[in-house]
This record gives sequence, C-alpha cells and structure tokens, in this order.
Amino acid sequence: MSLLLHSRTLLPGLVLTLVFTGAALISLVWVPYDITVLDIASRMKPPSWVHPFGTDQFGRDILSMIMEGARTSIAVALVAVGIGMVIGVPFGLAAAVRKGGLMDEVIMRGNDLVFAFPSLLIAVMITAVFGASALNAIIAIGIFNIPVFARLTRGAALSLWSRDYILAARVAGKGQARISLEHILPNVANLLIVQGTIQFSLGILAEAGLSYVGLGAQPPIASWGRMLADSQTMISLAPHLALFPGLAILLTVLGLNLLGDGLRDALDPKLRRARV
Amino acid sequence: MSLLAIENLSLSIHGLPILKEVSMGVAPGRILGVIGESGSGKSITAFSVLHLLPNGTDCTGRITLNGNDILSLSERDLCGLRGREVGMVFQEPMTALNPLKTIGAQVAETILIHEKVSKSEAMARAAEALRRAELPQDRFPLSRYPHELSGGQRQRVVIAMAIALKPKLLIADEPTTALDVTTQAQILDLLKRLVAEDGMGLMLISHDLAVVADLADDLVIMKDGEVVESGPAKSLFANMQHPYSKALLEASSHVPLRTGEAVEVPLLEVREVVRDYTGHSHGWWGKTTHFRAVDQVSFSIRKGESLGLVGESGCGKSTLTRAILGLEEVQRGEILFDGLPVFTHHHANAAVRRRMQVVFQDPYGSFNPRWKVGRLVTEPFHLLEEPPRGREREKAIAEALESVGMRAADADKYIHEFSGGQRQRIAIARALIIRPDLIILDEAVSALDVSVRAQVLDLLADLSGRFGLTYLFISHDLSVVRSITDRVLVMKAGRIVEEGPTATVFDHPKDPYTQQLVAAAPVLPADAA
Repeated sequence: MSLLLHSRTLLPGLVLTLVFTGAALISLVWVPYDITVLDIASRMKPPSWVHPFGTDQFGRDILSMIMEGARTSIAVALVAVGIGMVIGVPFGLAAAVRKGGLMDEVIMRGNDLVFAFPSLLIAVMITAVFGASALNAIIAIGIFNIPVFARLTRGAALSLWSRDYILAARVAGKGQARISLEHILPNVANLLIVQGTIQFSLGILAEAGLSYVGLGAQPPIASWGRMLADSQTMISLAPHLALFPGLAILLTVLGLNLLGDGLRDALDPKLRRARV
Repeated sequence: MSLLAIENLSLSIHGLPILKEVSMGVAPGRILGVIGESGSGKSITAFSVLHLLPNGTDCTGRITLNGNDILSLSERDLCGLRGREVGMVFQEPMTALNPLKTIGAQVAETILIHEKVSKSEAMARAAEALRRAELPQDRFPLSRYPHELSGGQRQRVVIAMAIALKPKLLIADEPTTALDVTTQAQILDLLKRLVAEDGMGLMLISHDLAVVADLADDLVIMKDGEVVESGPAKSLFANMQHPYSKALLEASSHVPLRTGEAVEVPLLEVREVVRDYTGHSHGWWGKTTHFRAVDQVSFSIRKGESLGLVGESGCGKSTLTRAILGLEEVQRGEILFDGLPVFTHHHANAAVRRRMQVVFQDPYGSFNPRWKVGRLVTEPFHLLEEPPRGREREKAIAEALESVGMRAADADKYIHEFSGGQRQRIAIARALIIRPDLIILDEAVSALDVSVRAQVLDLLADLSGRFGLTYLFISHDLSVVRSITDRVLVMKAGRIVEEGPTATVFDHPKDPYTQQLVAAAPVLPADAA
C-alpha cells in the first residue's frame, strides 16, 4: 500500500488501467445498447443523457462500442503478450544457459530476423494468406513480442548467471534447467512484468493500427481502430465519432505506460531504497 | 599550523545522527590514518572535508582547510577547492575512471578545469603527473584506455589525477582494499613517496590496522561515528587505552583456538591437474587462443587438516576450486576424493559431491534475494538421494543455524534482514547442512570487518573440531591464512611454487615469489599492545 503512495505514476496508471479493464469486463454481461442493432433514425446524435458518447452513422451507441472495443483491444493485446512471454522467456533463458554456443546464436539470430521485418508487413502477409481477423492480428502482434521478451530475459539472465548463489546452486548439484527456473526466473520476473505492461500498451496500439487499415477485427466485432477509420469521412460533421475512440486509445496506452513505470520503481529494490 | 582541522564535527542525514563530535587534524607532510569498521563514519568524515554530502545532511562544528572555513563556503568556491587544494583517491579503481576517455585526457581534465592553460600544456603536465605516479610515458602513453591497464595501474592513474595540481591535502579512501598484496605494497610506497616529495598532508582511510600502521604518523580510531582514540601512531600502538582499540588490535592479529587433529589419511588428492581455456580472439572465424589456468598442480589434503591456498588474482585459484567441486572438468590429471574420482565419464560424481561444500567471498551475492533462509540453507539437500522432509527438515535447518550461532527462527526471514557477518554464518550453515567432510572457503572472510572476521574464524575453528571438518582455505590475506591453516600452498600463474607447513613457509620462504608476497604483506608493529 505504501508503495502505491510512494510512486507518482503507479496510482494514476492503475486507475486508468482498471477503468478500461472494468469496462471490458462489464461489456461481457451488459452494455447500454446492443451494437448489432442499427437505428438509422437517431444516427450521428451528439452526446446526450440517452447516449452519453453520442451515436455513430448507423445510430449505434458509441459508449457501448467503446466498451466492446475495450474487450477486443485487451483480449488481442493480452494474448499477444502471453504468446511473447510463453515463447520468448524460455528462449531467453535457454540462450543465457548456452551463452556463446550454437543454441544462443540460433535463438538470437532468429530474434534479429523477426526484428528486421516491419510488423505491419508481417500482418499484411498473414492476412493475405489466412484472411483478416482478430485471431490473425493476435498472431502477428504476438510474433513481434517474442524477440522482445527473449532479449530482455537473456540479458538479465546472463548477469545473474555470474552470481555466487548460482554457483552455490551448482555446487548443490542442480542442473541448468532447474537453476533457470528456481533462481533465474524469479529474479527476472519483475523486469518481465514491467516489460509486459509496456508491450501490452504497444499491443493495443498495434491492434488499433491493424483494425484501422482493415486487417484486424472484422464487423460486427467492435474495435477502436475501425471506429476511427469509419469516422474519418464524417469528422467535420460529427467530430465526437472520432473523439471518443481516440481518447480511449490514448488513455489506455497512457495508463499502461504509467503503470509500467510505476511498477518498475516499485519492484526495483535499488530504486526503492533510493527513495526512502 | 595544521593544514586540515576538523573540530567537533557532528553530522546527521535526515535527522539520523552519523557523526558525533569528531575532531582530527592533518599537518603538511604528515600522514593521518583513519581506522574504523564499516559504518564507523570514516568515509563520511572524509567526504565532509570536500562537502560532498548527500541531500538532507545537517552539519555542525568546524572544518578548516588552510584557514578557510569549509562549511561556510559556497558550492562555487568548493568546486574551486576540490581537485586543486584537495585530491581524492577512491577504493575501486575499476569504476573511478571513465572507460571512454584516455588516461591522458582524464588526468588533463583536472588541470583544464582549474587552470587556464592550453590543451597541449595540460597534456604535458598530465604526462608528468603520470610519470610521478610511476606510469612512464614510454610504456604507458597518454593514449591508453583504462581497460588496457591492470587494477594497480588504474589506481596509479587515479593517484596521478589527484596529484596533478599538487594539492595540499590528499584523501585516500581505502586506496588498496581492492588490490593484491604486492600491488598494495607498491601503491602504499608510492603514496608515501609523494607525500614526502610534495609536502602534502595525507588522510588515509582504512579498515586494515596493519596497512595504516606501516604508513601513518598519526592515528584516529573511529567507531559508530565517534573518535574513540587518537594520537601519534607509535605511542598509540605501544599503549592503547580504549577497549575498542584493543579489541580491534586483538581481532586484527586474532589466532583462533583450534582443536582436532589431522590424521595421516588423504581426503582429497589432486594429481597433475591441467585446465586449459580456449578462446576465440575475433568472432567465429578468428584464431583460437589457449590459456592454461591450472598447470600440473598436485597436492593432497589430509583428513581433519586445514590447508591454505595463497595467490594473487588470476593465479588459477578459482579454476582449481571449480574443478575440485566438480563444476568443470579438467583436461589432464585426476582429482580423487577419499579414493573416488570427482569426475567419471564426464559427469560429476554425486557420491563425492555430497561430501564437499563451499563458502564464497561475497556475503551479499551468495544468496538468492527472493528466498527465505530456510530454503536457502537446505539447497544442498538436492545432492541427497532422500532429503529429509517435514519435521526432520525443520530440525536439520534449526541444527545448522544454531551450530553457526544463529537462531532457528531466522529460517523464516529473508537474507536482506541480516548483516554481512550474519550472512557469512548462514553461508556456513548452508555448507554444513549435509554434513560434508570438506569445506572450501573461497576468500570466505575477506569481505568482513576485522572484528566480525575474528568471530567467523573462531566459529570455523570450533566447527572443524566439532564436526571433524577438513578445510581448504583460499585467500590472498596472508595473516588470515597464517592464523587458521596447518599447511599452505603458494600458487602463481597456475602453478604451485611452494608448499609446506604454514609457519615454515611464512617465516622462511624459499621461492622468490613467496618471499615477495611475505615482504609485501602489511604487518602490525611488534610492540603493539
């Protein structure tokens, strides 16, 4: 609790993140209006008591679409970060064990290869082959998270492998895999959590970007990126169509970045000591 | 008149009192030794002379340098003072230099900051300063980078930076603690010579009584932010008054009482062991280079014996330790433990490994910070086929902790809750828990304060008697090796150059390298009491 108060970024980050995850969770059971029902009579209404964020060009409630869009964004980004961690972290741990060996070279050069491709290009390739869908967006974003986590894990693990307590574990007869799990992983976990929140925000941006160009979630699934794309032509008639999804993206990404910064400060014992 | 006078200096940081009524003085051309253990406030006293203090510091008292009241000077005036009037040498030569700048540029920088001279003139004076610090230009040109120099040479660069402007006062904070014994002796000689040549005052801060005793004209002994005793070095050593000073002196030359006899049965035999390392000099396709870390080493340890292994950094001690522990295989020769090979078919022999344990130097790096003590000390149980569980495990943890003077309840704490000495006790408990026959102590007391070191040495002596332990005691500190070992090996560049009973080797060294080591080791004055 005192950590929350000590950090200037943790609390606002946590609040923003909770607001959007809360909205996404509520949308699972309830939204103000059904977004699959079109109501042409009340289209492009400005914000009012009936529709707090107004309605779009088909008369759908924008608040409901933002809430469902939050669900899409969070689901896509969360699974993509999960893919990156589940595959990237073991790669990084293994590369650190075999530092300078063949496995290290193969893993790290493979990472370089993935890094070398622009993510949008890969996404276009994947959609060209498998068609546009939220699932393919997840895969495309997930692939790009793998090298991020692999590199981070390898770098942190390498410095840990030279510690005396690792030597003590080896003297106790523990194997490299076991040491990686028992000693290395818990000590890189806080780095991974921090990087995870930052990748999470990047994932939300990427999903919005892919949906904007039509490569992400397809109708009738709501998506912030597609809402922006749809509102583009009507921006002079009804600016609120672009304003609310834009704000949603901005505030979610801001919140996650603040949360990441705050967590880094809170979890790093060195910074914690410096503050006291 | 004295050069530096500190009078009744009291200092607190964020309300926490650090120094209480500290007074001391340095006269030109004289060396003041400031002795104390960690947390005694000796370094913060030195930093207060330059007013390099953390935020939230509150000072009272007087510090005068050449008649100037330091505490009332503005930051701007202080900047003019630092480096020009007062030079400073730090403990860690590896981090005190900027790795991206040449040594010439770093020494010249001090000159350029304080004097309006051309760059070429500053460089010429830097060369002169380096020459005075015994880094002659023909072998160490100004264009060298710090990574091209050894630790001792880097410390000479730091000293050259400090003396470049011929300051009136030089502050050296543990200048030789990170260095080998022979390098330490050279650096101390250098400091002594510079003081005599320039008529500087030197404030030498150290935890090591023997280092200071060799050099200092005056002494100040500090404890918990207070000066407990001070005076001219000769008379002080001959007639110590304060109980703390006496205890410190006793601890520095402490010889633990040892029981238990060695039997004439070899426990560990190392026969003509060779360990080569292969490196690639430039990438994958570059030439391979070979480095022989351990070269034809043979020795044996008897059951119940305490064997010392002495050598400077890079002599192959650590490689040999890892080979004995079965962490790395050797290319030639064999290592037998109680007649069994440590390695069979490229695999470490589990039956042998569960009979050896190790205690490392660094009490802070030897433990996973995210584990509790109970889990930490039971890690070697992994070596057992049927490790104790449940209540038996609890009992084993309690026994191990209590045998090293800790409490069984400490098992539920995290390692950061303990001091360096306590951590080293926990490290010993971790080694003891599987009841090994041999414990390798790899610089196990080197990082500890003298009084804590004396306690840990007593503990080790007591444990060897109680559990019939055999020790391989690896250290660069000759006085410690002398106090706790029966026999000693001297290692240099991967080879054992001398071997024999500890007293014989140290009193009548035969090999020139051993003679050099023994001569370089700082000693307390014989009449100290």
